[in-house]
Amino acid sequence: MIRKTVMNLARAVVCAALLAPLAVLGSADGAKLQKAPVNLNDLVSLQRGAQVFVNYCLNCHNASYMRYNRLRDLGLSDDQIRDNLIFTGVKVGEPMKVALSTREAGQLFNIPTPDISVITRSRSSEAGSGSDWLYSYFRAFYRDSVRPTGWNNLVYENSSMPHVLWEFSGQHQVEVQEFSSHDAAKAALLQAKSVARVDEISGKDKDGKEVKRWLLKTIRPGSAGTLTPLEYDRLVADLVNYMTYMAEPARLERTQIGIYVLLLLGVLFVFAYLLKQEYWKDVQ
Amino acid sequence: MAAAEKPPVTITGAGPLSGVLSGLLTWIDQRFPLVSSWKEHLAEYYAPKNFNFWYYFGSLALLVLVMQLVSGIFLTMFYKPDAAQAFASVEYIMRDVWGGWIIRYLHSTGASMFFLVVYLHMFRALLYGSYRKPRELVWIVGMLIFLCLMAEAFFGYLLPWGQMSYWGAQVIVNLFDAIPLVGPTIAVWIRGDYVVSDATLNRFFAFHVIAIPLVLLGMVAAHILALHEVGSNNPDGIEIKDKKDAAGRPLDGIPFHPYYTVKDTLGAAVFLIVFAICIFFLPEMGGYFLEYNNFIPADPLRTPTHIAPLWYFTPYYSILRAITETFMWVLGAGVIGMVALIVLSVANNLVRLAAVAAGAVLLIGFYALDPKVWGVVLMGVAVMIFIPLPWLDRSPVKSIRYKGPIFRSALAAFVIVFVVLGYLGTQPVTDTGTLISQVCTALYFLFFLLMPWYTAIDKCKPEPERVT
Repeated sequence: MIRKTVMNLARAVVCAALLAPLAVLGSADGAKLQKAPVNLNDLVSLQRGAQVFVNYCLNCHNASYMRYNRLRDLGLSDDQIRDNLIFTGVKVGEPMKVALSTREAGQLFNIPTPDISVITRSRSSEAGSGSDWLYSYFRAFYRDSVRPTGWNNLVYENSSMPHVLWEFSGQHQVEVQEFSSHDAAKAALLQAKSVARVDEISGKDKDGKEVKRWLLKTIRPGSAGTLTPLEYDRLVADLVNYMTYMAEPARLERTQIGIYVLLLLGVLFVFAYLLKQEYWKDVQ
Repeated sequence: MAAAEKPPVTITGAGPLSGVLSGLLTWIDQRFPLVSSWKEHLAEYYAPKNFNFWYYFGSLALLVLVMQLVSGIFLTMFYKPDAAQAFASVEYIMRDVWGGWIIRYLHSTGASMFFLVVYLHMFRALLYGSYRKPRELVWIVGMLIFLCLMAEAFFGYLLPWGQMSYWGAQVIVNLFDAIPLVGPTIAVWIRGDYVVSDATLNRFFAFHVIAIPLVLLGMVAAHILALHEVGSNNPDGIEIKDKKDAAGRPLDGIPFHPYYTVKDTLGAAVFLIVFAICIFFLPEMGGYFLEYNNFIPADPLRTPTHIAPLWYFTPYYSILRAITETFMWVLGAGVIGMVALIVLSVANNLVRLAAVAAGAVLLIGFYALDPKVWGVVLMGVAVMIFIPLPWLDRSPVKSIRYKGPIFRSALAAFVIVFVVLGYLGTQPVTDTGTLISQVCTALYFLFFLLMPWYTAIDKCKPEPERVT
């Protein structure tokens, strides 16, 4: 009798344990991120990304944990780095810093611009890696006359950053579709071709009853930029590739060393196993 | 025995050097208990021959402890415990210090591995009743080690000075605010400031690199000394010292060295493979070993929307969050139930009276104090409640192999509850999540509080005479 009760209890707990993750999921939808084509072995892409980075990001953002000469990782010489990537006249061993002060940044954007050396790692979440976040972010800018910069972003709403790469991408618009059911909005989110997000809004209908609506926001191409959409995606991919590398430069050697370490430990394992078998054969 | 009276040590098999070595060892041994310690703790420490998989985790915990100490020493050579420089100095270690990233990942992964290994080590004790007489002190010292480990992890987590470091410390230190009357003063005393700040960072650094490790090392030594005094338990939960041969050696014992030194070396090799996979391929472990938010420098003006501790604290964090105003009624009912159970089943009038008095005090406390206080108290109790296990378990046998179905089910339920609480602690608060964590919190405490009753009525199997 007791045994049966306990078994039932245990079964109930197991069920609860299995269902718990489901119960917690499914509240906020947020933005649907797109997978970033990161390939840290593609040195050419990393070099192109570094070039975009120093030209367009390093004007307002510091990357002060990263030294210029670390870019030797990307197959560049000190001279190449100095001639092509340093615009501020600093020495090649200096960190990537800009002259923009916190105060000036505050005046320009209302907030100090963050250091972006490790931004890629910090943007990871359950929705995707930090690289996915950045890749989606750079492709989610749209014109918004309400914002002080004239730009808004689907991935990071009300971002203080203007669309720095707008000349390349062109100026896009946001398209909003309204749904009366959450499921329909989610289904449309999964179908969306561009970066997209679902937001919940609630208001009152004419009888004063509380109603909920879901807004699916997608990016609609507006005026064309100097690059085709495909070329722009590649530019962003290079930039994100570089920023992924910059967030953890050791990642290039980490996995290589890891393989050697595992091989060595494999050898240790074999000898440890044989030694143990040898000693333990006289224990019955 | 006086130094000069000790017999000379002889070494064989060292070729022409054996004479010199023997002389050196004799010289040392006449001044230091070298040979006797070696024999007592390794060569003539008889351990049961039937140790299984679960018995690797003790030596692995020691291995991780050494790795943490060594990697920690190297980190302190480059780390700056200064609010203005701490975050940058960690990135400096990751980028500019040669091999710095390996040392840092060793230490950050090692912290998680330490808890993994220690949790499995504790689970082994629950499985085979290793906490039972005569090993109560081994168990209690072990629990003190666990407390030290939690303190060590908590203090260390502030050091990288990321957002989660900062706000995690802020949340935990603010818990002391809940203590009536003196709480806020204590919280300021711990921080050295009104918020977590440079002063806090410096003192946490001192605790992390010297105060707690010193205590931890002392406790580990005491844990091993106490264990070697009473001898190791084994998966059958019977005492091997009960059956000895003519020379006084346990029939089912084998010398720790070489048998378990070679076996534990094998365990260490397997463990290091897992460890290396984490360090070199999964150092963040999806945000479980290194939280993503912690790659943003601490910002006292921006509270993250979702603050969660690292995975090894989340079961207790869930218990803290589960104690809401409505849950106080459940706690009140639980206290009344426990008192009724004690009054009805215990013959001793003194115990009955004490139970009624304690129950009354608790009920008044539940009514008088903020649920937040009880959340903090229950979180603390949830950690400490392992300590009285030797006296809560009244089963006639030690090992799960011979315990009855009730204990087996209870332990299975406890493990599931622990994992569910751990998972929920990583997630943002939802209504359903809170309800599940409240059910789990109740089950967590019932596992311990009802143990004297359910272990007494459980139908156990007879223990074998010798280990199997």
